[in-house]
Amino acid sequence: ADIISTVEFNHTGELLATGDKGGRVVIFQREQESKNQVHRRGEYNVYSTFQSHEPEFDYLKSLEIEEKINKIRWLPQQNAAYFLLSTNDKTVKLWKVSERDKRPEGYNLKDEEGRLRDPATITTLRVPVLRPMDLMVEATPRRVFANAHTYHINSISVNSDYETYMSADDLRINLWNFEITNQSFNIVDIKPANMEELTEVITAAEFHPHHCNTFVYSSSKGTIRLCDMRASALCDRHTKFFEEPEDPSNRSFFSEIISSISDVKFSHSGRYIMTRDYLTVKVWDLNMENRPIETYQVHDYLRSKLCSLYENDCIFDKFECVWNGSDSVIMTGSYNNFFRMFDRNTKRDVTLEASRENSKPRAILKPRKVCVGGKRRKDEISVDSLDFSKKILHTAWHPSENIIAVAATNNLYIFQDKVN
Amino acid sequence: MLSKGLKRKREEEEEKEPLAVDAWWLDPGHASVAQAPPAVASSSLFDLSVLKLHHSLQQSEPNLRHLVLVVNTLRRIQASMAPAAALPPVPSPPAAPSVADNLLASSDAALSASMASLLEDLSHIEGLSQAPQPLADEGPPGRSIGGAAPSLGALDLLGPATGCLLDDGLEGLFEDIDTSMYDNELWAPASEGLKPGPEDGPGKEEAPELDEAELDYLMDVLVGTQALERPPGPGR
Repeated sequence: ADIISTVEFNHTGELLATGDKGGRVVIFQREQESKNQVHRRGEYNVYSTFQSHEPEFDYLKSLEIEEKINKIRWLPQQNAAYFLLSTNDKTVKLWKVSERDKRPEGYNLKDEEGRLRDPATITTLRVPVLRPMDLMVEATPRRVFANAHTYHINSISVNSDYETYMSADDLRINLWNFEITNQSFNIVDIKPANMEELTEVITAAEFHPHHCNTFVYSSSKGTIRLCDMRASALCDRHTKFFEEPEDPSNRSFFSEIISSISDVKFSHSGRYIMTRDYLTVKVWDLNMENRPIETYQVHDYLRSKLCSLYENDCIFDKFECVWNGSDSVIMTGSYNNFFRMFDRNTKRDVTLEASRENSKPRAILKPRKVCVGGKRRKDEISVDSLDFSKKILHTAWHPSENIIAVAATNNLYIFQDKVN
Repeated sequence: MLSKGLKRKREEEEEKEPLAVDAWWLDPGHASVAQAPPAVASSSLFDLSVLKLHHSLQQSEPNLRHLVLVVNTLRRIQASMAPAAALPPVPSPPAAPSVADNLLASSDAALSASMASLLEDLSHIEGLSQAPQPLADEGPPGRSIGGAAPSLGALDLLGPATGCLLDDGLEGLFEDIDTSMYDNELWAPASEGLKPGPEDGPGKEEAPELDEAELDYLMDVLVGTQALERPPGPGR
């Protein structure tokens, strides 16, 4: 199994898609809950697997383009088939995943194996009928949106009009129509005329869940810009600018790196945005630009280790963050296969671990604790024992239930609420 | 690391070493690090950053975010290491800052040069690889996106048009073609053989190494490939 690089539930939560470093997409489907086994909630089983992207070679630049899937985003379901967007560094693809459970039988000109029959031997005509067959799930690429990004694509986001979507790379954001693959509109361009003046890149972007004219994008300098596409065709000038002033007591050479935003997500309500930087998760009210309304410390014990983390490049890790269906709980990953949840109402938080040893099926996860100094208690882990190679960068939360998917390197964990 | 024969203490009983060393990495302006000599502490962080920058620049396609963050951090470190750099170069600097100044003088120029050249190359490449051009309706005039189009358009003419214009004006065709995009060090000689036809004109000036034997070999390969691509179909 390859390293998982993205995880995403579809809009109903019936399907869960993962993308990996090898360019594969694996889709899981939730079992229908059976009346016989009320105690057993629907489990997720593999539904479809396909190769979305292959490694490519750019002959002009003599560069290999990685097949790693950076993001998957589902389209809302409009008919029997499922549609999703998947992207690597350069190319976005629209995939159709559909079921086939019947096949036509009784052709006149072909026999059952598909061989042509000699017309002279046919004496009667029959009408082919559809007969049931074993369920087959097939994935077909319906659109390929290529050649529009010079830099690496970090985000894709489906618009609430369901007709357009955007793709963002380090310096530009493009708007696409699903039906048109040979053109896209550039809506944000922060590339300086003189590349020597480059000091900031785009790190993530997302459309507002309800307002199809509004989107946000975050930067490596810890800022978020909200743009309105009605204001102008090129949204280089933002409508709102979110930035928290630097805390002078925490200033260091690494201040900018740790302020770099790795993920930005609108709440389901559309009233808030959540951002993840290296040490914290912040919730912002769209109506207040000068500071976040909530800040949660993910792993503040790393603040004194920033130099080592700079040395081993861990300080550049890009963690994602997610809302639960009701926007009351937020979740993000950390190191040592830990992930954290923060309840915005009760202000309680918990640290859990996704690992084989601690996760037998149906076992209840035990909260974990990191010891930051002084005497370590029995179940605690000291900061120096943390495994920084085990990082949880990608997580997903079911849109309406308390089911979460956590990607720990090349393993996928699915957890759900305790069933009484 | 522990030497052989030394028994490691149990974790619970170990006293955590005060992580005072990490305080060195804080901004020298910060009150709590008044003791540590900033220039010395920062110089190893400086070296580390330069190392990271070089490593990043050596990649065929550098991670832009990583690059930008490292460069910005490096600039911060530079700024803190020699606050006197802003002053005019008076020839009587105290001993410690002069070390920093030398470091700055030698590495800053190289740093700026390599950063500048890489970022310039990135923008050259960007102009070449943009086909088809992303549309930007009523974008302000003179945007960099449109810059690549005219030159490529002129070259497109070169291919099919050459046959018609052999009598006169062939030299004239070359005159107004902007070859600055092709004067690009990043194009290693090896990759030039892979370039398609239309660029042979200006391209040849850049590649005197491609002699006749190599050209013949290339042609054979191309013809051979084309033959493979068109197998006789059934019933033809």
